[in-house]
Amino acid sequence: MTATHDPTTDEAVAEGSAAPEPDVNAVSVSLNGRVISATKGELIIAAAERHGEYIPRFCYHERMDPVGMCRMCIVEVDTGRGPQLTPSCMVTVTPDMKIDTQSPTVKRVQEGVLELLLANHPLDCPVCDKGGECPLQDQAFSHGPGESRFVEEKRHFEKPIPISDLVFLDRERCILCDRCTRFADEVAGDALIEFTSRGSDTQITTFPDEPFASYFSGNTVQICPVGALTAKPYRFKARPWDLEQTESTCTSCAVGCRIVVQSSHDQLLRYQGVDSDPVNWGWLCDKGRFGVEAVNSPERLTAPLVRTADGLTATSWNAALGAVADLVRESLTAGGPDSISVLGGARGSNEDAYAWAQLAHRVIGTPHVDAQMGDGLPVGVLGLQRATIDDVASATTVILLAPDLKEELPVLYLRVRDAAMKRGKRIVELTPKPGGLSKHVWRSIGYEPGTQVAAVRAALADPLIAEQLASGPVVVVVGRANLAESTAATTRALQAILVAVPGATVLPAFRRGNVVGALQVGMRPGVGGADARGILQAAADGKTECLVVVGADPLADFPDADLVRRAVAGARRVITVDTVLSATSQRADVVLAASGYAEKGGTTTNIEGRVTQLGQRVTATGTSRPDWMIATAIADLLGTDLGFGSVADITAAIAEHVDGFAPVTLTALIASPDGVLTAAPLDLAPLDPPEVQLPARNSYDFRLVVSRKLYDDAVSTRTNASLAHLAAGMTAHVHPLDIERASVVPGAEVRLSSARATIVVTIEPDPSVLRGTVWVPFNQPGGTIGELIDSAAAVTDVRIENL
Amino acid sequence: MSGTTFAHAPGFVAGDRPQIVTSRFAYDDSHTLERYLATDGYAGLRAALGRAASAVHDEVRTATVLGRGGAGFPAGVKWGLTPQGKFPRYLVVNGDESEPGTYKDRLLMELDPHQLIEGCLIACYAAGLSQCFLYIRGEMAVAQERMATALNEAYAAGYVGANILGSELSVDIVLHWGAGAYVVGEETALIESLEGNRGMPRLKPPFFPAAIGLYGQPTIVNNVETLANLPWLLRHGAAEYTKIGTPTSPGTRMVAVSGHVRRPGVYEIVNGTTTFRDLIYGEEFSGGIRDGNELKAFVPGGGSAPWFLPDQLDLPFEGRVVGAAGSMLGSGAIMVMDDTTDIPAAALTLTRFYAHESCGKCVPCREGGTWLERILSRIVDGQGTTTDLDQLLEVGESICPGAFPHASSERLDLDAVPFPYKMTTICFVGPSAYVPVHSALTLFRHEFEARIVRRTMIPVTAMAGGSQ
Repeated sequence: MTATHDPTTDEAVAEGSAAPEPDVNAVSVSLNGRVISATKGELIIAAAERHGEYIPRFCYHERMDPVGMCRMCIVEVDTGRGPQLTPSCMVTVTPDMKIDTQSPTVKRVQEGVLELLLANHPLDCPVCDKGGECPLQDQAFSHGPGESRFVEEKRHFEKPIPISDLVFLDRERCILCDRCTRFADEVAGDALIEFTSRGSDTQITTFPDEPFASYFSGNTVQICPVGALTAKPYRFKARPWDLEQTESTCTSCAVGCRIVVQSSHDQLLRYQGVDSDPVNWGWLCDKGRFGVEAVNSPERLTAPLVRTADGLTATSWNAALGAVADLVRESLTAGGPDSISVLGGARGSNEDAYAWAQLAHRVIGTPHVDAQMGDGLPVGVLGLQRATIDDVASATTVILLAPDLKEELPVLYLRVRDAAMKRGKRIVELTPKPGGLSKHVWRSIGYEPGTQVAAVRAALADPLIAEQLASGPVVVVVGRANLAESTAATTRALQAILVAVPGATVLPAFRRGNVVGALQVGMRPGVGGADARGILQAAADGKTECLVVVGADPLADFPDADLVRRAVAGARRVITVDTVLSATSQRADVVLAASGYAEKGGTTTNIEGRVTQLGQRVTATGTSRPDWMIATAIADLLGTDLGFGSVADITAAIAEHVDGFAPVTLTALIASPDGVLTAAPLDLAPLDPPEVQLPARNSYDFRLVVSRKLYDDAVSTRTNASLAHLAAGMTAHVHPLDIERASVVPGAEVRLSSARATIVVTIEPDPSVLRGTVWVPFNQPGGTIGELIDSAAAVTDVRIENL
Repeated sequence: MSGTTFAHAPGFVAGDRPQIVTSRFAYDDSHTLERYLATDGYAGLRAALGRAASAVHDEVRTATVLGRGGAGFPAGVKWGLTPQGKFPRYLVVNGDESEPGTYKDRLLMELDPHQLIEGCLIACYAAGLSQCFLYIRGEMAVAQERMATALNEAYAAGYVGANILGSELSVDIVLHWGAGAYVVGEETALIESLEGNRGMPRLKPPFFPAAIGLYGQPTIVNNVETLANLPWLLRHGAAEYTKIGTPTSPGTRMVAVSGHVRRPGVYEIVNGTTTFRDLIYGEEFSGGIRDGNELKAFVPGGGSAPWFLPDQLDLPFEGRVVGAAGSMLGSGAIMVMDDTTDIPAAALTLTRFYAHESCGKCVPCREGGTWLERILSRIVDGQGTTTDLDQLLEVGESICPGAFPHASSERLDLDAVPFPYKMTTICFVGPSAYVPVHSALTLFRHEFEARIVRRTMIPVTAMAGGSQ
C-alpha cells in the first residue's frame, strides 16, 4: 500500500528529532497525569518516548510515515470527549490532551495484540537470527500476557524463501508490520515487495520474476521487528549476545554513514546502520552494509611481499620496509624528489593520509601527490562554499551536476529523493545519462558530452528555472558524471552556475571513501605538482623513478586504460600499500600489507567535510599494519622522525596544522558522534579550467558516456563473496531508436571503436540513454571500456559496427 | 398481503407509502433517460442550478438528510467539513454495497441510475466538487451496465460534462468497478482502492476524507441512497422533505428484509416511525415469519449489527433508539431468524464472512477474526470445550476491550448495553467478526453449551494395562 503523503507527519519526523526547547511550537499535554511539553506536530508516541514513556510498537518507525498497522501502540487519549483508544503513532499532540499509556484498558489492549501477534508466530526463537535483539521477543516479555491460549495449528508457509540475492524471507515469522514494504516504496523508491492475499492469508511477496533487487535491501533486514527478513551474509553466524560492537563510519563511499561494527571472537560479522541525523538516518546501502565480507576475504594480504626471482614473495616487515627505503633512496639519487610520485590515500583514514602526505611532501620532497584517480574533479572544488547534506535537503532548489547518485553515493540519493518526494524541494538535473533520481526531479535536462556548458547556460536562461533559482537557497551537487569526458566542461559549467547564483553552495559528489579528507590533509599536488593524470603521463614517458601507490588500484580505477598501463610499466620502481593483491600491486616491486576496515582506528572526512571517528573492532589480518604506521616507519628509515606514536598523535597534529581542522579534536569527536564539520581549506589551487576544444562531430559516431554502477569489478566488490556476482558486466547501452540507426541487433556483440582502440561488447537498447550517445558502465567484469578513453581529450567519440 | 411486486424489479415491494427514491420502480423502463425525463427527471438539477450553490447546500442541511451508508451522519454537515480554499475536491459515491443482508443500493443503481447521476450533480454543485467517482461493487454486473448506459445517455444529452445545461457547472463522472472486497465499503479503503492501491482503511485522524481524501485532496464520500434523495429534495424543498419521518430522522429509508420471513424484499419506509414489528409482521411488508414459525432473533442493521430478540420488536426503525437498545441501524438490513435456526451455526456463518473479508492490516482483526472462526467452527462441529466459550469472549475483548453492546432480554433478565463499542482496529470489520459471536453467546449461551462435548476423564490406571 502506498502511504499517502501527509505533511503534518513529515513535520513530526523532522521536528521529533530536534532538541526540545520552549517556544511557540511547544504544546503542553498531560502524560500519565504529568504535564509535559511536546512540540507542535509531534506524534504522541515520539513525545512520550522523549519524556521517558516508551510505548511498545512494531510498525512505527521514526524515519517513515506512520501506518497504524500493528495496533501495539494504542493508548487512551482524552481530548475532552472521554478516553478514546488511539494509536499513538498516528495522532499528533494537541493542547491539553490527556494521554494515558498505563491504564488497565491500555494494558489489556497491549496484551491482546501481543497474544494475537504470537498466535501464528512460530516459537523458533532458539534458531532465529533475531532472537536476542527481537522487538517481538522483547515486547512480548515486557508487555505481553506471558502465555498463549492458542491451541490451534499455526499458519504454515514454505520457509525461508530468497527474495533477492541477499535477503531471505520467512513468512511464518512475519507479523505484516509494513516496515519493509514501506521502506522499499517510500524510502528507497524500489517498490519490489508488496502484500498479497488478504486477512490472515496476507503475505509479503515479490512480483513474479522480479527479485527484491534493491541497492538498499539490507535496511529491511535491520528494521524488520521479527526474524522474517534475514541477510544471507549474516544468517546463522552469531547470536546477538555474543556480539561486541564499536561505532564507526562506513567508508565504502564518501557519504560517511554512521554504523556499528559488530564482531564475535575477533571476527567481523555485521555492520548495522546508526541513525545519524545529519547524514544517513540509519539507512545504509547494501554495498556498505555487506562490505564486511571484503574485510574477511581470504585474498587479504597477511604479510608484506617483495619481488624476487620467484615473483612476489612474503617477507618480514624489516626486510620489506628496508627494501622500500632502498628503492626511495635509489630513486632520489637517480632523479631527485621530482622523479617520485605518490598516488592514493583515499581509502584510509585522515591519519593515514596525513602521515603519507608528510612522508611525500616533507620527507621525500615531491609535489607529485594525488588522492584522486583521474575520476574526480580538480581539488579546487573543495575550496568553494561547501554545503552539507542537510543543506541539500532544506534548499529550495538543488542543481545536480553529478553522476547518478543512486550508483555512486547511494545514501545521498536517499536524502535527495526524500527532499524531492516528501519536502517538495525542486531538483534541476543536468546529466549525460538520466539515472535513479531523474524520475523525481523537477527538471531533467539531458546533454550530450561536450555541450554541458551550453546546456547549463540555456537552463539558467530559462525564465522558469531562473525564477525558481531566485526563490531561495540553491545547492549545487557537483561530481564527475562522465569518465569519458574531461573535467573542464563540468568545472566551467559549475562556474557558470556560481556566477548566475552567487549565493549557491556546493556539495562535492566525490566518491571514494575518504577522498575529501585525504585531499584536505595534504594528499594533493603541491606547488608545481602534477595530478594523477600528470603523474601517470610522466611515468609513461619514463620520467618516474618510483611510483608509490597507497591503497589504490589505478590499473582498475583510472579511466584511461592505455595511459595507466604504460605508466605502471614505465615507472622504474613501483611500491604499493594494499590490502589484497590488486592489479596494480601484482606489478609492484614491494607490496606492503595494509590493515583493513575496522582493523584500525582514526577519523574520516565525508563529502560535507564532516569528520567522524572510525572504530577499531578486530585485530589486523596477519601482520598487516595501518597505512600511517607504514609511512612513519619509512620516514624513520629515511632519517626523519614524523613524531607520530599513535593515531591520537596524528589527529592532534591534523587539528593543529591543517586548514579548517582546528575544531576536530578528539574531545570534540567523542562529544559529537555525528561528527565535526571542518571549514573549507584555504590554500587550494583555484579552479582554472582550460577552454574546451571539441573535436569535429562525425554524424556516424556516438558520443561515449562512461559512469559507474554501485557493483563493479573494484577489489572491494570483487573480493566480497556476496556482492561480487551482482556486478552487471560490461555491455554498451544505446537508445532503442539508435539500435536501428546503427543497424545492430539488440543483445549481439558489436565492435566499439574510438580513435584509441576497438573493443567487442554486447549492445543493449536502453531508453534512459540519450539519443546519439552510447553509455557503458565503468570497470565491469568482462571488458575494459577504459581502452577507448583518451584522458587528454575533451570527449570520446565511438563508432558502433557489426562484427 | 397488500404490497406490490414487479417482475422487472425482483426484491422490491411497493406499498401505500410516500416514495422519495423508489417512485419510478414501478415502470419497467425506469432505468432509461426517456422514462426519467418523463417523470420529473433532472428537474431537481435545474432547480438547483437556478439557485446559489450555498442555498442548495443550506436546503440539504435544513432537510437533515442522514447518510444512508451506516453511520447516519447528516450529508449537509459532511459537505461543510472540507477545508476552505483547497481545490480540486472530489465526490466519491460509495456504491460498494456489500454488508450482509443489504441490497438497496443495487436496486437504486439498477432501476433508477439517472436519479443517482442527478443526485451526484446536485451534490457537486452544492459542495463545490469538480469531479465525481462512482465506485460500484465488482459483483454488481447489472448495476454496472445500467449505470454506464445511463451515464452515456446523460453525457450525450448534456447533463454531465462541461457547462451542464448551459450553466457554469462542469462535472465529470468516472465509473469504477470494485474487485470484490467487503472492506472497500469503508470509505478510506474505498479511496485507497480508487487510487489503485490495496483496499486497506486509512486511520482517521488524520485521514478524514473531507480533509485528506482521494489523491490527498478534500473528498466527500456519500452513499448511493443518500444522493438519490437529492433530486426529490430539490424539487419539493426541505419543508416537504421534513414532513415525512421524524425531526431527527426525516424522509424515508430503504430497508432490506431477508431471512425467515414470508416475503423478503426491499421496502421504502417512513423514517423513524416504522417499527421492527411492522417490517417483519406487517402485511404491507414482510408478512410474518415463514411456515407460521416463531421469531427467534433478528439482526436490525446488517451483518455487523448486534442481534435483537423478539423483546425489541416494538422499537421504531430509528438510529438513536436502536443504539440505546444495544445495536445499530447500519446499512438498513434486517435478517430474520426463526425458531428452527441453529444459532452457533448462524454466528459462524457471519463470523466466517468477516474473517474472510479482513484486509489484513490491523492485527486484532487479521488474527482475531480467524481465531474466532476456528474456535466457533470447532464448537459447531461438536469438538468444542467449555473453555472455548470463555476464549471466544477473551479474543473478542482483544478486538473490542470493555463493555460490548447487546440487547436486553426478559428471558435472561438482562439489561441492554448501548452502542457503540471501543475497538482496537481502524475500521469495523474486526469488531463485526465478533458481533455475531458476542450476541449469540450472550443471548443463546445454552445452545453453545449443548454443543460442548463433555469428555469423561479416563483414570490413568485404566490405561495401558493398569500399571504405571
